[in-house]
Amino acid sequence: MSIEVRGLCKHYNGFKAVHNVSAKLETGSLTALLGPSGSGKSTLLRMIAGLEVPDSGEIHLTGREATFASAKERNVGFVFQHYALFKHMTVFENIAFGLRVRKQGERGIQDRVFELLKLIQLTGYEKRYPSQLSGGQRQRVAVARALAPRPEVLLLDEPFGALDAKVREELREWILRLHEETNMTTLFVTHDQQEAMEVAGRILIMNHGEIEQDGTPIEIFDQPATHFIAQFVGESNFIDTEVSEKGLAVWGPFRFSVAPSLPVGKKIRIYFRPNDVYMTAQFETLQVRARIAKTRFKGTTIEYKLDIGEDKYISAQIPKGVALASGFKEGGEVYAAITAFHVFPIDAEG
Amino acid sequence: MAPRVDEVKTYPVLDPARALTEPRWVRWVLIAVALSFIALFLLVPLAQVFASALDKGMGYYFNAVREPAALSAVKLTLVAAFFSVVFNSAFGLASAWAITKFRFPGKSLLITLIDLPFTVSPVVSGLIYVLLFGLQGLLGPWLKAHNLHIIFALPGIVLATVFVTFPFISRELIPLMQEQGSEEEEAAMVLGAGGRQIFWKVTLPNIQWGLLYGVILCNARAMGEFGAVSVVSGHIRGLTNTLPLHVEILYNEYDFTAAFAVASLLTFLAVLTLIAKTLVGLKYEKSRQTPAAQAESGIA
Repeated sequence: MSIEVRGLCKHYNGFKAVHNVSAKLETGSLTALLGPSGSGKSTLLRMIAGLEVPDSGEIHLTGREATFASAKERNVGFVFQHYALFKHMTVFENIAFGLRVRKQGERGIQDRVFELLKLIQLTGYEKRYPSQLSGGQRQRVAVARALAPRPEVLLLDEPFGALDAKVREELREWILRLHEETNMTTLFVTHDQQEAMEVAGRILIMNHGEIEQDGTPIEIFDQPATHFIAQFVGESNFIDTEVSEKGLAVWGPFRFSVAPSLPVGKKIRIYFRPNDVYMTAQFETLQVRARIAKTRFKGTTIEYKLDIGEDKYISAQIPKGVALASGFKEGGEVYAAITAFHVFPIDAEG
Repeated sequence: MAPRVDEVKTYPVLDPARALTEPRWVRWVLIAVALSFIALFLLVPLAQVFASALDKGMGYYFNAVREPAALSAVKLTLVAAFFSVVFNSAFGLASAWAITKFRFPGKSLLITLIDLPFTVSPVVSGLIYVLLFGLQGLLGPWLKAHNLHIIFALPGIVLATVFVTFPFISRELIPLMQEQGSEEEEAAMVLGAGGRQIFWKVTLPNIQWGLLYGVILCNARAMGEFGAVSVVSGHIRGLTNTLPLHVEILYNEYDFTAAFAVASLLTFLAVLTLIAKTLVGLKYEKSRQTPAAQAESGIA
């Protein structure tokens, strides 16, 4: 029910797919494993499922050591990105597979499969073959198949990756409801930060085979632990500058307060989100004059590229209603302030 | 601004099927060449086989086919074909499984070697066995001392046939299993299935049509094999003659009608194989469609 990994490593010919990863997922939690492709998140998930053998480290499921346990002993449910349904079996037989290999009675199998069909809202589809289902339906069958033998944890590998936006949205909702009903410890891999933020209560961010941050969606968004996370999660402006005097950095007309511990002359990178730019048509205190160089419509918001002089630009995002009411126009003069930002010292390695 | 009516050009409607087609005369010439080639080189000889076989009437035909030496040749051919299908199914499954699911040293060498029987002349394949098991061969004296007969006996014929036909099934299975990947097997494993359950319930149903297709090709080649078997058989009438060898002997004895009668048996088997191959091929193509392709052609 709880999942714990300690110092898990998996290398392929010197490539560190997963390197020294430790984490503990409590019973009943819903956690996202987020990272760019090649960050090792799928390998980590597959090791927990027993599909890959770690080079070193330990895996504990419900407090029992399960590093080298067979898949059967682990009792995990696994959902693949491309469903991996058995093509030659009906929906019924697909869901029943895990029960049949455990030699359960026909009566019990029938009851369990129909119960799950009801749960995935596909009652009446039991005689169909996977090829006769839509992508979303297939993935629901795959989830039902994983749930059939009553696993203690549910692992999902990019479960919505192959589906179109609309269906993804529905399935996300569905997975959330499913988790509320079953309260099963769930870990899912995704490269879509939006998905991770919306679904998970906790996010582990992986990069280059290591976990870079472990926190709630709000923590990850507002207090990125590393430079990588600041640029990976959400949109950001980046500016490179240096500490000009104790506790202060200057970039163009903007002034940023920095930690007093940073020595003068230290190279730093400051990042701030486009929606943390406060932009008005009339001057207010502490604002900087700028010119709207470019406008980009983004649906609920409008993005402006602001020319702040000295060949420097920042991007700002304003809710559409506010933007229209303020009458912002390309080429027009506006005033901007940066209301929230984060500072990362640039180390020797960059 | 809407275009003025006289400005709107109309284009001749192109039939998309015709847009890429050659002129009519080119099409007819190509079709005629293909069809007359088939008629000349396949249909005429095929008809000739049956016509010559029935040259001296039905009685002579049936005598030639029912004669003990002919019956023994039929039996031997079927036995050799049976063994090569069994051995090569086992080898084909094992090699395809190993090549597509594991990484191991010598893998690319194995893939290359599987094609060897296609590139080596069958006569050479037969000679290999004579050199290995023959009296003057490497293992010959030992075999003789233990009274084991391989060359000029059934084991030699089976060995030669197996060798010549062993690429057929693995060649069919390797690309198929490569394409299917191991996701379904992994899914079965996580669901708690053991190795044997995974093979019988997941892998085999997925490759059954490809396997059957390979079996048919292997069987066809095994029944028709001449060169390799000719070298190892010794042509002992009624004992080590397969159908193709029997045809040759009859032909060399100027008993053309009998030769064609026996040849018609082989031809008949070939036609049966062709029909089976076509039926299985259709089924195979259907089962081979990827889920993605099925989704596109099926439900949106």
